[in-house]
Amino acid sequence: MATTKTARKTDTKLAEKHRHYLRQMLLIRRFEEKAGEAYSLGKIGGFCHLYIGQEAVAVGCLSQLRDDDYITATYREHGHALTRGISPRSVMAELFGKATGTSKGKGGSMHLFDASRGFLGGHGIVGGHIPLTTGIGFAIKYKDGDQVSICFFGEAAINNGAFHEALNMAGIWKLPCIFICENNRYGMGTALDRATATWNIAERASSYDMSREVVDGQDLAEVMAAMDRAVVRARRPAAPTLLEIRTYRFVGHSMSDPIHGHYRTKEEVEAHRKRDPITIWADQLKAEGLIDDAAMEKMDEEVKAEVADAYEFADQSPDPDPAELWTDVYTEAAAGGSEVTG
Amino acid sequence: MPTLTYRDALNHALREEMARDPEVFLMGEEVGVYQGAYKVSRGLLEEFGPNRVVDTPITELGFAGVGIGAAMAGLRPVIEFMTWNFALLAIDQIVNNAAKLRYMSGGQVKMPIVFRGPCGAALQLGAQHSQNFESMYANVPGLKVVMPATPADAKGLLKSAIRDPDPVIFMEGEMLYNIKGEVPEGDHLVPLGLAEVKRPGDQVTLIGWGKTVSVALKAAEQLEAEGISAEVIDLRTIRPLDVATILDSVRRTHRAVVVEEGWYFAGVGAQVVDEIQKSIFDELDAPVLRVNGADVPMPYNKHLEKAAKASPEKVVAAAKQVLYLV
Repeated sequence: MATTKTARKTDTKLAEKHRHYLRQMLLIRRFEEKAGEAYSLGKIGGFCHLYIGQEAVAVGCLSQLRDDDYITATYREHGHALTRGISPRSVMAELFGKATGTSKGKGGSMHLFDASRGFLGGHGIVGGHIPLTTGIGFAIKYKDGDQVSICFFGEAAINNGAFHEALNMAGIWKLPCIFICENNRYGMGTALDRATATWNIAERASSYDMSREVVDGQDLAEVMAAMDRAVVRARRPAAPTLLEIRTYRFVGHSMSDPIHGHYRTKEEVEAHRKRDPITIWADQLKAEGLIDDAAMEKMDEEVKAEVADAYEFADQSPDPDPAELWTDVYTEAAAGGSEVTG
Repeated sequence: MPTLTYRDALNHALREEMARDPEVFLMGEEVGVYQGAYKVSRGLLEEFGPNRVVDTPITELGFAGVGIGAAMAGLRPVIEFMTWNFALLAIDQIVNNAAKLRYMSGGQVKMPIVFRGPCGAALQLGAQHSQNFESMYANVPGLKVVMPATPADAKGLLKSAIRDPDPVIFMEGEMLYNIKGEVPEGDHLVPLGLAEVKRPGDQVTLIGWGKTVSVALKAAEQLEAEGISAEVIDLRTIRPLDVATILDSVRRTHRAVVVEEGWYFAGVGAQVVDEIQKSIFDELDAPVLRVNGADVPMPYNKHLEKAAKASPEKVVAAAKQVLYLV
């Protein structure tokens, strides 16, 4: 009896978790739709890169981490930030450039940070943050810790020297790093096969004596399973992994890019949209009896309300104080002599 | 006070700071087993072990980024570039990451890191190995730039740089490693951001940093022989710049020459001249002149190379010009 009870309790807990992952993916989807809307209204400036279509990658990978692990990501990182638990309010406020944003409005869409959650950016230079992940892994090993350092980047970054240099050092020193290549097939408008001499990105790990896996990024269960294996390898004794997670961007590269443009056809986009990660996961939960249409609709309404609240919060929040222009350049204000040299 | 070479003064600074703080480590090409390309890290591998004296592959971008990541996770890295010429490969990491992460994160990310190595021309190393880049780094908010001219300052400034909470570009003179000087023992700290009057004088101010401090001092000796009193200022830190010490001197001498190893166009000297003219224009009795390395890639031929470098003779000529003696 006791065993059955425990099993049932575990099942309930797991079911809750699985529903939570669905909710996280829905939150990203609705958040990004709202961000797109806000961008069109001029509420968000600069560049804005949406994560629609790739939600299962962030949710699947981050679901396997502990609170004290470290994450770096690209400029397409709203979804990762939300999944790590940064509130939609502070993420949206950062997109709006407001004082209540994750970086006090000084980072923007591409530079979301929450050091208290180990979320170390939002980086705007393709591949430039991959060595940071190796360095964080170095620090973990230096301090004899058992955290892991993970990094999200696109497939276009793998032809960049930073990728090679960073993975090579993680390989030499056997660091607790997981390098997650979100292969969405296009670096902006350049298809993978036009930019990369070999198609099999994961195979590059062999150059760095590193474990590797190719993962279906539209299937949350597969992402979680592969990430679980990678995390086991990365915790003590540490060994790095390269994950190639194959996914697809349902929207343009940024808000200034149409959904398909000259570089991919409407038919191709439509075909990929049929493998929507949210639908795939929701169908699985429905088949297992963990959620029904009504419950999912209710969940969607809740998420939409949360996003609407984030939008309102961001819209109502104040701009940074003009004095903020000069803070955070150095630890002590004006150490650079800015006020002196004007 | 013991006499040390500039090289050993740096070595002592590293050793003392690594002994003091377990979070300080040294990383770069040939810093460990080889004992340092210029032997600055001699003996450190044996003393601190391979976890804290880390040899890297030849990947400046990569290990600069590794250092930045380690700083983000709470360590205090000292990243050695074999020379600053090679650090051009790492400039994306330094400018886009080290200098900006604190600001872009609204102050959440700390960046206590030192990038150090030799700079400037040595002897006949050719165009790619004979360069100064302090003006490039000093242009970037978020970075501090330090260039010691003496063994005592090499030790005291490096120790301060390692303890500094912000990223420091620490440029050593390749031709200074063998110079000797008295170095205070123990916890000798020279604060960043303070220039020093190396030689008092009252007719013209000669301003140098790094290797050109000795050029300016030699020029001052030659001027003295001709009855001209020159004050020599060593900037020591390029950013933050000690404007007060410069202005205080020029207010007294009313004339100045800036001596720079690097190129003329948009050099650090231009900044120094601007600080003077905008604050004490009426104190000047002559336009401020600049003596720089020739505005060319450094030639290999030794006569051409000599002609390209800032020399005491060129400084003397410029000093006489601002004194209207020629």
